[in-house]
Amino acid sequence: MALTSINIAGVLGTAKHRLLAAASLVGLFGGGAAQAGEGLAKPWQLGLQDAATPVAEFIHSFHDGLLITITVITLFVLALLVIIVAKFNAKANPVPSKTTHHVGLEIAWTLIPVLILVVIAIPSFRLLKQQIAAPPADLTIKLTGNAWYWKFEYPKDAGGGFEFDVRMMTESDIAEAVKAGKGKKEDYHRLLSVDNEAVVPVNKNIVVQVTSADVLHAFAVQPFGVKVDAVPGRLNQTWFRATKEGVYYGQCQELCGKDHAFMPLAIRVVSEEKYKAWLAEAKKKFASTDPAVRTADNTVSTR
Amino acid sequence: MAHAHAADDHSHAMPSGWRRYLYSTNHKDIGVLYLIFAIVAGLVGGFLSVMMRLELQEPGLQYFSDPHTFNVFVTGHGVIMIFFMAMPALIGGFANYFVPIMIGAPDMAFPRMNNISFWLLPAALGLLLISLFVEGPPGSNGFGGGWTAYPPLSTVGHPGPAMDFAILSLHIAGASSILGSINFITTIFNMRAPGMTLHKMPLFAWAMLVTAFLLVLSLPVLAGAITMLLTDRNFGTTFFAPEGGGDPILFQHLFWFFGHPEVYVIILPAFGIISHIISTFSKKPVFGYLGMAYAMVAIGFVGFIVWAHHMYTVGLSLAAQQYFVAATMVIAVPTGVKIFSWIATMWGGSLQFRAPMVWAIGFVFLFTVGGVTGVVLANAGADRVLHDTYYVVAHFHYVLSLGAVFAIFAAWYYWFPKMSGYMIPDWIGNLHFAIAFVGANLLFFPQHFLGLAGMPRRYVDYPDAYAGWNKISSYGSYIFAFGLLVFFYGIWAAYAKKQKAGENPWGEGATTLEWTLTSPPPFHQFETLPRITGGDH
Repeated sequence: MALTSINIAGVLGTAKHRLLAAASLVGLFGGGAAQAGEGLAKPWQLGLQDAATPVAEFIHSFHDGLLITITVITLFVLALLVIIVAKFNAKANPVPSKTTHHVGLEIAWTLIPVLILVVIAIPSFRLLKQQIAAPPADLTIKLTGNAWYWKFEYPKDAGGGFEFDVRMMTESDIAEAVKAGKGKKEDYHRLLSVDNEAVVPVNKNIVVQVTSADVLHAFAVQPFGVKVDAVPGRLNQTWFRATKEGVYYGQCQELCGKDHAFMPLAIRVVSEEKYKAWLAEAKKKFASTDPAVRTADNTVSTR
Repeated sequence: MAHAHAADDHSHAMPSGWRRYLYSTNHKDIGVLYLIFAIVAGLVGGFLSVMMRLELQEPGLQYFSDPHTFNVFVTGHGVIMIFFMAMPALIGGFANYFVPIMIGAPDMAFPRMNNISFWLLPAALGLLLISLFVEGPPGSNGFGGGWTAYPPLSTVGHPGPAMDFAILSLHIAGASSILGSINFITTIFNMRAPGMTLHKMPLFAWAMLVTAFLLVLSLPVLAGAITMLLTDRNFGTTFFAPEGGGDPILFQHLFWFFGHPEVYVIILPAFGIISHIISTFSKKPVFGYLGMAYAMVAIGFVGFIVWAHHMYTVGLSLAAQQYFVAATMVIAVPTGVKIFSWIATMWGGSLQFRAPMVWAIGFVFLFTVGGVTGVVLANAGADRVLHDTYYVVAHFHYVLSLGAVFAIFAAWYYWFPKMSGYMIPDWIGNLHFAIAFVGANLLFFPQHFLGLAGMPRRYVDYPDAYAGWNKISSYGSYIFAFGLLVFFYGIWAAYAKKQKAGENPWGEGATTLEWTLTSPPPFHQFETLPRITGGDH
C-alpha cells in the first residue's frame, strides 16, 4: 500500500508530494502514532515528557531528585517566613532583639548548602558524562539545519546514501492528508507533524551529527534527552539509544528567524525489520534530490 | 528672573524650569530623571510583553501575522527591560539619589559626567525605537534575533539597518553605564564622610560598589563583541563567519562574559535595597553585615567565571561543561547566605508590615523560587532538556521580574516619601503588591510546567498541548499589568493628598543618613559633612 501511495505521489508531482509521502509513512507503519509510543507533550502536562532512552530516564530520576530538594528548600524558607510573620510582628513582639551575629549559624548556612551541592554534583557529573561520551555508533546520521527546515542524510556505508528535507505539515496539508484517507486527524499534530519522518532502529546507538547551512538552529528531542545546537562551520554531535518504538517530535530550539516555531522534525523508532524495509523504500524515494528523477525512479520501481 | 543671578552663585542656586533638569549636575535631580525614564521605558517594555502574552493566549496566530514581528517584540522587551528599565531605575535612579546621601557625600564625584550619563540614555532608547521601524530581514522591519543577538542571525540574517541601530543603541547605553560606574566607584572610594569606613558603609552602597565594578569590567567586552558584529555586517570582517575563518560561538563567549555579570548588575542593587527595608521594618540592624557585604563581592567575582552555563548545548567539551557546572553551583552558596541573613534579620524583630516591607518579604520568597530553579539549570545534564525552553524563561523572570522588579517597587514605596516629601497611603502599596504577587505568579509559575513539557522559548505559536498553561500565563500578565494602575494611582494620591512624610516616616529602624534629612532633602545636602561615630561591624 505504502509503495503505491508513493507512486501516486510521484505521478501527482511535487505540489502534493509532501503530504502524501508523509501519509505513506502512516500507512507503512500501521496507522500512525496513536498506538505506539508518542513523544510529545500532553495538555496540562506538569513534568517532563516520557523518557524513551536510558539517558532520558537518567534525566528524569536526576530531575526528580532535584525537584524534591528544591521544593524542600523553598518550603523551608516559606515556613521560616510564615513563623516570622506570625511570631515577630510588632504586636506579638514589641521589643526587637539586638542580635546581629551568630558565628555558628553563619557557618552552618554556608556549609550545609555546600554539602547539598556536592551531593547534587555526583549524579550530575555522571549524567553529563553519559550524555557527552557517545558509545560506538550503530548508525550515524547527519542533520543540517536550514531556515526553516531540516535535512537528514543517511550515509551510504550504513545502507543509506540518500538525503531528504523535513518540513512542517501545514494545517491544510494535514486536512488534505486526512481527506485522502491517510490516517485519522488524531495521527497528526499541528506544528509537529512533518512531511518526512526520519526512521531509526530501536535499541541501537544512533549518533547524530548536527550542523547548519545558515543561522543557528538547535536539534532537540526531549524524550531522547538530547539537545545540541546546529552551528554553521561546526559539526556537533549527540547520541541516543531509543528503547521504545514510536514517533518522537522535536522543535527547533535556537532562535533562527521568522519561522523558528515552524520547523519541527520527527523521528520514528521502529524494529530492525521495519527499519530495513523503510531504508529500502527511502533509498528509492530519495535517490535523487531532483523531483523529476525521483518521479521516474518511483514509477519504474513499483511496476 | 531667578536664574539671572545664576552665574554669581552657581554652586548653590537651584535653577528652575527645564534648565534645572537638562543642565542638571545634581545627583538627586538626575536620579529623578532616571526614575521617570525607567517608568516610561518600563511601560514600553511592558506593552511589548502584554502583546506577546495576547498572542500566546491561544494557539495559532492571532495578532502577529508576520512571526518576525513577534521576534522583534521579544527582542525589544528584553533589551528595554534590562538596559532601559531595570538598570536606570536601580543604578541611575535609586543609587544616584541615595548612595551619596548614605555615605555622607554632598553629591557624586563627577556631577557633569552624571549629567551626560543620563542624557545618553534617551538617545540610546531613541536609536532602539528607530530600529523597530527600519528594515531588518529583507521585507520586514526591526531586529528579531533576541537580546542575545547571536550571529549569524544578527549578521547575514538581518541585512537591513535595524541591527545597526540596535548596536549603536547598545554602544551608547553601555557608554552611559560605564561613565556612571566610574562615577560610583570614585564617589564611594573618595567621598565617604569622616568616620564612614567601608565596613560601616550601608549595604546598598556596598551593592553599588560591586555593581559598578561588574559594569566597568564587563561592558567593554560587550562593546567589543558588538563592534565586531558591526564590522562583520558592514566592513567585510569575518570574526563570527565560518566562511572567513570565524566562529559564531566566539560571539556567544564574549556576549555571556558580559551577559552573566549583567544579571548580577540588576540583582545586586536589589539585594542592597532589600537589606535596608528588612532592617528598617524589623527595627533591627542587618544580621551578619560582613557576610552580607562579602557575599555580594563573592557573587560579583564568581559571576565572571560562569558564563558558559548559558551555552551548554553549543557543543562544549565534557571538561568545559563539568567546570561550568561546578562553578555555577558555587553561586548558590553566597546567595543562600543572603537569603538566610535576611531571614535572621527578621527573626526576633518587631515587624511592621508597611508597603515596602510587604514587597521585600515577597521578594525574599520569590527570589528563593527563582534561585532554586537556577540550581536545576546549573546542571548541564538537566539543562540538556530545559535549555531554551520556558523553564529558563520562568527561572529568569522569577529572579528578575519577580526579584529585581519587586525590589524596585519596594524601593519606590520605601523612598518615595523621602524623594517627594509626601506619603503614598499604605493600602495602595499593599494592594499593588497583592495584585502583582498574584499576577506575576500566575504569569510565571505555569511557565515551569511549559518548559518541563518542552515548550521552546521565543515561539510565536506552539503545539496545542501547551495551550492550557499558556492561557493561565496570559491571564497572569493582564493582572500584573492592571496592578500598574494602582501604582500610578498611588503617585497621584500622594500628590493629591499631600500627606507630609517628615524626616523619617518609618521610625527607629530607619538608621541610614537619608532619614536624617528633610523630605525632600535640601538641593545640596551635607554642606557640613556628617561625622560617623561608632566602630566597624
